[in-house]
Amino acid sequence: MPSAEARPAVGRRSGHGYRRPGKGHVGKSGRVDPSRKRAIRLTVALTAALILASALVYVSFSAGRDEVTAGQLLRIARPGSSYILAGTVLDGSVRHDGTALLFRVRDPKLKVSVPVRYTGVVPDPFRAGRGVLVTVHEAAAPGAAFIGEANSLTTKCPSKYQAAAASY
Amino acid sequence: MAPVGRTLLIVALLIGVYGIVASLHGARSASREWVDSGRRAIYALAGVTTVAWVILEAAFLRNDFSFNVVAAHSSTTTPTFYKLAAPWSSQEGSLLLWVWLMSLWSSLILFLTRRRVREIAPYATAILCAFGVFFTSLAAFFANPFGTTSHPPAEGAGLDPLLLHPSMMIHPPMLYSGYTLLAVPFAFAAGALITGRLRSEWISVSRRFALAAWLFLGVGIVLGARWSYTELGWGGYWAWDPVENAALMPWLCTTAFIHSIMIQEKRGMLKVWNVSLVLASGTLAILGTFLVRSGILDSIHAFGASTLGVPFVGLLAVMIIGSIGLVVSRRDRLRSEARLDSLLSREAVFLLQNLVLVAMVFVIFWITFFPLISQAITGTKVSVGPPAFRPFIVPLALVLVALAGIGPIIAWRRVTAVNLRRNFLAPVGVGIVTAVVLAVRGEAGKPFALAMFALGAFVLATVAQELWRGVGARRAMTREAAPVALLRLIRRNRRRYGGYIVHAGIAVLLIGVAASSSFQHSRDVILSPGGSVNLAGYRITYVRPTAAATAAKLSFGAVLDVTRGGRHVATLRTSRGFYPSQDPSLGVIGRFFNGEADSDVGLKAGLTRDIWTVVNPDLGPLAPYISRGDRVFAQELPPAMQRLRGLSPRQAQAALAPLWALRDRAIVDIAQRFVSHPWPVDFLLIVDPLVVWIWIGAIIVAAGGLIALWPVPTLARRRERVTARRRSPVPGATPAPGATPSPAPSPSATAASAVREPV
Repeated sequence: MPSAEARPAVGRRSGHGYRRPGKGHVGKSGRVDPSRKRAIRLTVALTAALILASALVYVSFSAGRDEVTAGQLLRIARPGSSYILAGTVLDGSVRHDGTALLFRVRDPKLKVSVPVRYTGVVPDPFRAGRGVLVTVHEAAAPGAAFIGEANSLTTKCPSKYQAAAASY
Repeated sequence: MAPVGRTLLIVALLIGVYGIVASLHGARSASREWVDSGRRAIYALAGVTTVAWVILEAAFLRNDFSFNVVAAHSSTTTPTFYKLAAPWSSQEGSLLLWVWLMSLWSSLILFLTRRRVREIAPYATAILCAFGVFFTSLAAFFANPFGTTSHPPAEGAGLDPLLLHPSMMIHPPMLYSGYTLLAVPFAFAAGALITGRLRSEWISVSRRFALAAWLFLGVGIVLGARWSYTELGWGGYWAWDPVENAALMPWLCTTAFIHSIMIQEKRGMLKVWNVSLVLASGTLAILGTFLVRSGILDSIHAFGASTLGVPFVGLLAVMIIGSIGLVVSRRDRLRSEARLDSLLSREAVFLLQNLVLVAMVFVIFWITFFPLISQAITGTKVSVGPPAFRPFIVPLALVLVALAGIGPIIAWRRVTAVNLRRNFLAPVGVGIVTAVVLAVRGEAGKPFALAMFALGAFVLATVAQELWRGVGARRAMTREAAPVALLRLIRRNRRRYGGYIVHAGIAVLLIGVAASSSFQHSRDVILSPGGSVNLAGYRITYVRPTAAATAAKLSFGAVLDVTRGGRHVATLRTSRGFYPSQDPSLGVIGRFFNGEADSDVGLKAGLTRDIWTVVNPDLGPLAPYISRGDRVFAQELPPAMQRLRGLSPRQAQAALAPLWALRDRAIVDIAQRFVSHPWPVDFLLIVDPLVVWIWIGAIIVAAGGLIALWPVPTLARRRERVTARRRSPVPGATPAPGATPSPAPSPSATAASAVREPV
């Protein structure tokens, strides 16, 4: 981190009331040696930066969720853990059940898909064949659909839009 | 015209290369002719890219589907307004826009500085040309906007319905203007480092461009927030989406820079900070451009994965390594000319502000890129959601707001008890009273929001205090009426008072953010017609369903009535539109009900709260009718097509007209069942307090930025230079040890002097 002063002042001078470092840095006037002040400030700033960085790393790894495909989810899903499921909405799998949206997310590389039961905001671009991300956890009942956490569904904006008012 | 466009791209590339060579040769050989030639290359680049842009826009306007990009992003039915905006909805068009805007800004600054900074300008020109070469190369070889097809389709694909929003015309150009403007101070800072000319001259020529970049980027970010607020599934006005963050990071960095340079101008301090901040801002602007295009991070905004990631990584590596190398190699020349006298001083406040803003950038960068960082470290992509930002950004934002209030009124060099009492008593009192009143009202349950309200009030009070004193001092001299005195006060010192207005706007904006994020009420509910729900003291009743069928889309919506205490508050109309798909597997009728969708939110905005609603109709009950219609047409259509053999296109169209009329009738009848036989539908209802103050605050910020940016009249500029020369520190002069430096007069005490001459 660049400091405000680029060149620390020399702290040791004879005849000007400065003591050697380690025996206090207060001169005759009662003021702290400027170089000592700068060192203290730099230490405080670096300590604060270190604390911030450590907190950031800790929160990231502890609060983060693995981003997995459908195939990986079926292999590694554990009760109590949530994952970010990435994949494509399987054609023909979308239906409503009250406020819940039911769909399957397929693995882009494998012929496998997982069912998801999701409640919350459904983005406008959402539809079958679209890439999605949704945070899920295992349902209590074995074999039931994964539960999508509320308002966690993201749909990738398509780069091309393939609809028009053309007739046959 | 496409071949002309392709040729122009190659010409632009060659001009850019020539500009680099000419500028560097001119700098090395101290030849003004070569330097001027390099500068004129930028002018030529601007001219060539302007013509290229006009060709592209003309192709969109005349529906020239031989252009691939026109066929993919426009159609004959796209409104003209959106045809003009469609070029930048594509990768190819947006790259050309980047080069065009950058060349325009570069031409402007090189024209304005053609007789100044003669040592720095050639290197800055070369760097700006290098940017031009990079982006032109991408456009020419990777994503060419003038690519054509020999078999143009009769109709284009059209613009994504989500982009059919007025913000599409202004939001991207504002962001691109901000990004491209940041290239200018970057280039001049790098030029200053290369030449070793590190006094304030490079700042004085590029400061306005940094401020303009900050203004455009900020306006672009707020326009995006406003757009996102009115779209479903975009996370409200801010979702910490990677592309949103990509614009916020350079904006924060530039905010730090435009404040920090004041310290260098006044006291010759923070030189390393300033060059580092401006180089970082330029680098972050390129990073933002890269994020949108590469698809490396999942975002609702991304164009999707492309091959442009690798060249961008190369450019970023060059910028980062080059910047670090230059700063390290010139560190001796970047020594401060003065020392930090006290932690209770304006210099210290600005330094702390730099630290806070850099910390915010670092937090946003880390969390945004964490999926890639974790993948590099652990092999697994780990994402951290938006809630992870809160524990860091909220406290940092509170500190920043506090500094926004303290900075303008704290003394230079060292604060005194008199200065503290005179300048801080009233604003701090206002802040404390605000906190107490709100706590008594019951807002203590949200301490961060309460703190933001109190600090916002503190900032507004400091601004009001400074304006009051300035106007009072001026009126004492001139006997002007208060409004006249205020206008002339601002005119006399646009930079200072424009900055005050910006601070006020930021305070208002963050008050709106704190209120809306802390006190929002929302419900996801299923209602039948006549059904009601209570939310935040309002009673919301689903009055009736609506359905509409046009050539462009089908809409299914609802009318809702909002009352409070039996009194009518608002009528909300919301709908979801479905655009026809070209997928033939969906059936003749089905493709009109299963295409792209977009939602029109129902919004009642007010000074105290917004009531927001959106409907999500399940079209499942219509499925049997749609299927029946598809079966009927599956039987009727093939024989009808058989009968068209030998007919001209016009005759064929006339022959099929009755069938299409039948189809349209069927679609309307099916859609009307949503009204005649309504079923329960899903509504998302939100009551959000003080949201409108976010937009009002943003307008105030923009106004303040414009005032600060506005050119000063020539006579006043000359006086300003004379005053600045008298006040600039003598190089190397530091206070003698033990000597107590006399504190500079507080800003408000100089208000009277602002009456006579600008500061």
